[in-house]
Amino acid sequence: MAEYQTHEHDVLVIGAGGAGLRAAIEAAQAGASVGLICKSLLGKAHTVMAEGGVAAALANVDDRDDWKVHFADTMRGGQYLNNWRMAELHAREAPDRVRELEAWGAVFDRTDDGRILQRNFGGHKYPRLAHTGDRTGLEMIRTLQDYATYQPIDVHMECTVVSLLNDAGRVAGALAYDRERGRFKLFAAKAIVLATGGIGRAYNVTSNSWEYTGDGHALAFNAGAALQDMEFVQFHPTGMVWPPSVRGILVTEGVRGEGGILVNKDGQRFMFDDIPENYRSSTADNEEEGWRYTQGDKSARRPPELLTRDHVARAIVREVREGRGSPHGGVFLDISWIKSKLSNGPEHIRKKLPSMYHQFKQLADIDITAEPMEVGPTTHYVMGGVRVDGDTQMSSVPGLFAAGEVAAGLHGANRLGGNSLSDLLVFGQRAGKYAAEFAGRQASPRVDAGEAEALTRSALGPFGRDAGGAENPYQVQHDLQTMMQELVGIVRRGDEMQRAADALGVLKERAAKVAVTGNREYNPGWHTALDLPNLLIVSEAITRSAIERKESRGGHFRDDFPDKDPAYAKFNIVVRRGPDGDIQVAREPLTEIRADLKQIIEENK
Amino acid sequence: MAAAKSAAHDVVASGQRAAARSDSSAGDQTRSATFSVWRGAGSSGALRDYTTSVSEGMVVLDAIHQIQSESANDLAVRWNCKAGKCGSCSAEVNGQPRLMCMTRLSDLDLDKPVTVEPMRAFPLLRDLVTDVGSSFRQKKRIRKFTPRAPDAPDGTWRMAQADADRVQEFRKCIECFLCQDVCHVLRDHHLHEEFVGPRLLVHAAQLEMHPLDVLDRVTDLKESHGIGYCNITKCCTTVCPEHITITDNAIIPLKERVVDRHYDPVAKLVRLLRGKTSRPEQEQSR
Repeated sequence: MAEYQTHEHDVLVIGAGGAGLRAAIEAAQAGASVGLICKSLLGKAHTVMAEGGVAAALANVDDRDDWKVHFADTMRGGQYLNNWRMAELHAREAPDRVRELEAWGAVFDRTDDGRILQRNFGGHKYPRLAHTGDRTGLEMIRTLQDYATYQPIDVHMECTVVSLLNDAGRVAGALAYDRERGRFKLFAAKAIVLATGGIGRAYNVTSNSWEYTGDGHALAFNAGAALQDMEFVQFHPTGMVWPPSVRGILVTEGVRGEGGILVNKDGQRFMFDDIPENYRSSTADNEEEGWRYTQGDKSARRPPELLTRDHVARAIVREVREGRGSPHGGVFLDISWIKSKLSNGPEHIRKKLPSMYHQFKQLADIDITAEPMEVGPTTHYVMGGVRVDGDTQMSSVPGLFAAGEVAAGLHGANRLGGNSLSDLLVFGQRAGKYAAEFAGRQASPRVDAGEAEALTRSALGPFGRDAGGAENPYQVQHDLQTMMQELVGIVRRGDEMQRAADALGVLKERAAKVAVTGNREYNPGWHTALDLPNLLIVSEAITRSAIERKESRGGHFRDDFPDKDPAYAKFNIVVRRGPDGDIQVAREPLTEIRADLKQIIEENK
Repeated sequence: MAAAKSAAHDVVASGQRAAARSDSSAGDQTRSATFSVWRGAGSSGALRDYTTSVSEGMVVLDAIHQIQSESANDLAVRWNCKAGKCGSCSAEVNGQPRLMCMTRLSDLDLDKPVTVEPMRAFPLLRDLVTDVGSSFRQKKRIRKFTPRAPDAPDGTWRMAQADADRVQEFRKCIECFLCQDVCHVLRDHHLHEEFVGPRLLVHAAQLEMHPLDVLDRVTDLKESHGIGYCNITKCCTTVCPEHITITDNAIIPLKERVVDRHYDPVAKLVRLLRGKTSRPEQEQSR
């Protein structure tokens, strides 16, 4: 034990994006001793990249909005596979969580009468997204980070968890290493909150950073917790496609919220051609009405560019496949055209979308106030994750909580834009609160030294390996990403996914043979090697769940089963670790929705 | 309707022109280029040359990643968003403090080696990674945001967009610390304990000019944050990738407040006569 740095906390939060920070703050304010671990420096987590805004029914811009409409929108967007209790709590509590951020120093854009301004976004009936230009995520994470700076929270930066530890069936701690020196740290904790974000690095076209390797998903899975809805991966419709080195970088939905249009190479606004039945009554059927909607005309319906992300992404794939794409294999997204409607068009665009303006100017040499962008789908978010209790966010493992992207339930089959930032706040707060309560009822856990020893040896494995026949960790990761993109991407087929399942078996064997050079100090080759097992677990969970769902719904689209099947509307697909470490797939029936909530959905249809 | 249709056609023509221009500026062709990258830990190290194949649409961070996966698996580098939003990949490229993810190879002369070095004002951990912990620790010394009582009975505030704009300039800081890297007070004189540096003066400015904040940090700025060390050479402003006008909009107004408070003889006399302290309404934090 002497070789470990040891730490003991009531509540250990893993991940310091929006959800992790909010959970840590809440737990600390409840009097718990709190440790907060993050893979990067504080404030660099993926939340910082969120652009468009945080969804909350404040009703500052349209007073017809309230939590009920937000709830109904979220359920409709999720194709009713959502955990309805989470959708309810989220819609009810998001406004308070946003106002609380303002009390902590966040500066949102304002309405004319000085309140928090809200903008339109896909799938939201009313303008609902509180925002700060197009850098809302930065505003949020900095506010939380600065607030947390003054709380009694022990922050462990650039530290990565290898495994959770348990004590007689409940969570007892975690083994981690610090990136700087490569030393192992042993954490004992009465409760753990996973807030590790998503899995985007399982694909090669992604808006996600290196951190997004499904760590929390894999940690929970290995600890015996159930994962659900893993087949639902969100491909954001608008990522950059050119130049090749920036492929996948996000172009905010805010561009469309501000009036941006999608056009194919024939000059057609193709989104008008394919409006799904359940959105027809709420979608504009002509361009003029769509424009009026984006400018706040309450009598107008939304333009089809603001349909849900799953739908828009598939429409773009169709245009490209059928030969109507832009020169670099995307479609055109144009905001510059609004200068024909607004005399100060270019200035307005720079004011509303400053970071998009810079991003295109600097990386692609495109002036978005004068020219269209080229965009195509990019892996953005996973709806699936750790199966949790809707109220407390506790998983099926006592003492193990999950919040934010790593948790499943709120978004069902497809997430609405803006519902992620509010998810982080609402369920980060709840996870922190209930983790602190749980910790208060527990005696100190016992951490098994032998277990930690074995985990450490295995984590150091890649150093000992002989170069002969060894694999390069970057190459294995790259091959995994290419394979997943090709075989389990936006458009899926049973036979292709079967091939993916077989390929994963081969990749697992290769991952067991990766070797690294250099020493333990800040060695990204080693870090990449240790991330591989996590990526393999989530890739397999996605593939096996996607094979099981023989229909198309939300983020999951199958060429061989292109329609929705009502039989599949009755359950979530859940995966658990079998006795030999294998993945077991099961169908868990949805719980019956409360009558009053059902009525809200009916009234908002 | 007809007008809108023709707008969409304009989109295509303009889009194809832009794509063609982007092609020629990004360069379809690959070529080879050499990067002299700092390798080493602590106080020892040296530049080492790596040659890799590049296309000009790439940024420096792409080249570093390529070298890392091909021939230097253990090359240490920080990065996250790769889109200029997180401020992780700060380095000195050909001696210029830059975000590697926003520095296009097409803007560099690839006929000679491109040098990539860590930020020199911070202690080196390894290769391109430095210890920027001081900037996180210093933040705790700046007293926290403390709002006035809410304006409305529902606990909310009213704020004009113009007032929000003023601090949003400062709040868009991505904490890349390039400003700290070029500040000669820190880089050459190593006064990290005495002077909080431009990043944290920007932080102090957003608090001082925040429409809702009621604390007064003017005396702190003078006595514990070392604002007097800044002699407004504006190096920080020049390198800020977010184009924050650090010196003119953040530091100089703070310096003026310090001067008004502590060096204005008339005001001092008035205060003496009225018996007021120089630190009004402090310590009323919640």
